[in-house]
Amino acid sequence: MNTQTVLEVRNLHTHFFLRRGIVKAVDGVSFTLARGEVLGLVGESGCGKSVTALSIMRLLPRGGARTIQGQIWLDGTDILTHTPRQMRDVRGRKISMALQDPQTSLNPVFTIGAQLREALMRRLRAAQAAITQAAIAALRAVDIAAPEQRMGQYPHQMSGGMKQRVVGAIAISGHPDVLIADEPTTALDVTIQLQYLKLLKRLQQDTNMAILFITHDFGVVARMCDRVAVMYAGRIVECGKVTDVFAHPSHPYTKALIASVTKLKGSSGRLPTIEGQPPSLMDIPIGCRFAPRCPHAEQRCRDIYPPSFPINDTHTADCWQLAPS
Amino acid sequence: MKRYIAHRLLQGVLLLCLVASIVFFVGRLTGNPADLMLPEDVSAEDRAALIQVLGLDGPLHEQFFIFVRNALHGDLGMSIRMRQPAVEAFFSRLPNTLAIIPWAILLAMAVGIPLGVVAALHRGGWIDRMAGAIAVLGVAIPSFWLGILLIFVFSVQLGWLPSGRMGGPSHYVLPVITLGTFLIAGFMRLVRSSMLEVMDSEYIKLARIKGLRESVVIWKHGLRNALIPVLTLWGVFVGNLITGAIVTETIFAWPGIGRLTYEAVIFRDFPLLQAVIILKSILILSINLLVDILYAYVDPRIRLA
Repeated sequence: MNTQTVLEVRNLHTHFFLRRGIVKAVDGVSFTLARGEVLGLVGESGCGKSVTALSIMRLLPRGGARTIQGQIWLDGTDILTHTPRQMRDVRGRKISMALQDPQTSLNPVFTIGAQLREALMRRLRAAQAAITQAAIAALRAVDIAAPEQRMGQYPHQMSGGMKQRVVGAIAISGHPDVLIADEPTTALDVTIQLQYLKLLKRLQQDTNMAILFITHDFGVVARMCDRVAVMYAGRIVECGKVTDVFAHPSHPYTKALIASVTKLKGSSGRLPTIEGQPPSLMDIPIGCRFAPRCPHAEQRCRDIYPPSFPINDTHTADCWQLAPS
Repeated sequence: MKRYIAHRLLQGVLLLCLVASIVFFVGRLTGNPADLMLPEDVSAEDRAALIQVLGLDGPLHEQFFIFVRNALHGDLGMSIRMRQPAVEAFFSRLPNTLAIIPWAILLAMAVGIPLGVVAALHRGGWIDRMAGAIAVLGVAIPSFWLGILLIFVFSVQLGWLPSGRMGGPSHYVLPVITLGTFLIAGFMRLVRSSMLEVMDSEYIKLARIKGLRESVVIWKHGLRNALIPVLTLWGVFVGNLITGAIVTETIFAWPGIGRLTYEAVIFRDFPLLQAVIILKSILILSINLLVDILYAYVDPRIRLA
């Protein structure tokens, strides 16, 4: 695998400035993504995964959301310094995103063909017929049967799984280096999920694009990803190769998360759960964010946020327990 | 779709019966037209004779049955004042009203839709508040006041535009502004709220992810969706205009069906009033039906449902 870095996020802070306070949705996130690599970003709802994705796309929702600090290096340039116009050129071609909900991601008043052609038109300066051919090919690439007929159909005439594949086709139509997949299987039937994941994996291998795969499902991470970053309350608390993190989870939060995943084999007792609630992102503890729920928390955990301690070359975790004594 | 249209037509017929009955009885509450046509010192016999000629003698329910029977035969009676069939009077005036209504809608859309889009894009900002203020003014200003004000400024003081009657293009300006202003607010507020909803949707996000220009995202992907609810209310708006034309046409001495309605009321011209109201109702019902059919063509989800 090529280890050349294609996306590097450094110390990203995205906050929501609301009337009732500041919500620190992303509060110091750093990670790198190598060409052709699949990085899983895992965490529970509201931990800042999607906001991280939207910050990278620079498509934060209106109404107070701002990236106030950090750098996002894409192919050697910091896209946070891009003008909106430069950013438009980057979107779709260098970095793209597949959205969560296929039911609402396609424009209901335009045909599938029109929406796909529009995306292709930016990349190919070609005749109409050639673009139509490219659109049909793009639909075929995402396993849509009879793509010629589908071109003239509207989103409401398709099933959820099919729509999600069309969204995927649109997202990768510009041959991006990086695809952000924001929980692309959450809204799909379990039977369709696997099919979609296999498709995504195949497309990724064919095109060698890097994927930032956002999910809350460790099973999906195991199937899809090379590396995984675990996010908790706006920060990445552990990051490493999937095999390492699964074999030696080092942050108490990761340990608890992995322990609470159902296993088919083994005991049939109660599933372990994590006591307490994640902190409010408006009132984040000064020290380790997990300290209030952590069974091993000491005084220094509550006072100072721990640095990232290495477990091996590629595996790190933010926990004072790992500090060399 | 055919069943739907048939259902709507049946509904329309029922509604027309109701409208016809109401206008028949309510009209007669205003008094007797004979009193307006005769001098005050007329003899009782002459008065009775005129009432008989007008068909206003006999019990009310008998008059109503005669009215219904004739109406079913397509005869809505003779206008008392104009001495011509009421239907004929209506259709001779209708083109004059239809000549200003499209311009009024066009004006209202040309101002209201962009204003609504811009307001939605600057939600909460001063542009939004300005647009809101314009919209409120449009609704709050009564058209009789606006019409008279426009005549005062542009006809009397500046002498730029004619103050009334039909004529060349310059005669259209003031009535169209007066009639259209009322609808600007309707279009603006509707477009604003539906645009706000649309711009927060996932497909707008996907359009931006594709790297489309912001103008394409707003005016193509956004507005096309935001206009769907606007089209639904088009029928209502046209209805508003036909009703609103009564005041505007009266002020500008515009010989359309609005002024005809006004005259029918003032002169207690019952057959004319009945004919005008019934025909207007048919007009509004047909426009509404037409809009609903059109709606199905804009929104593919309805077309194929």
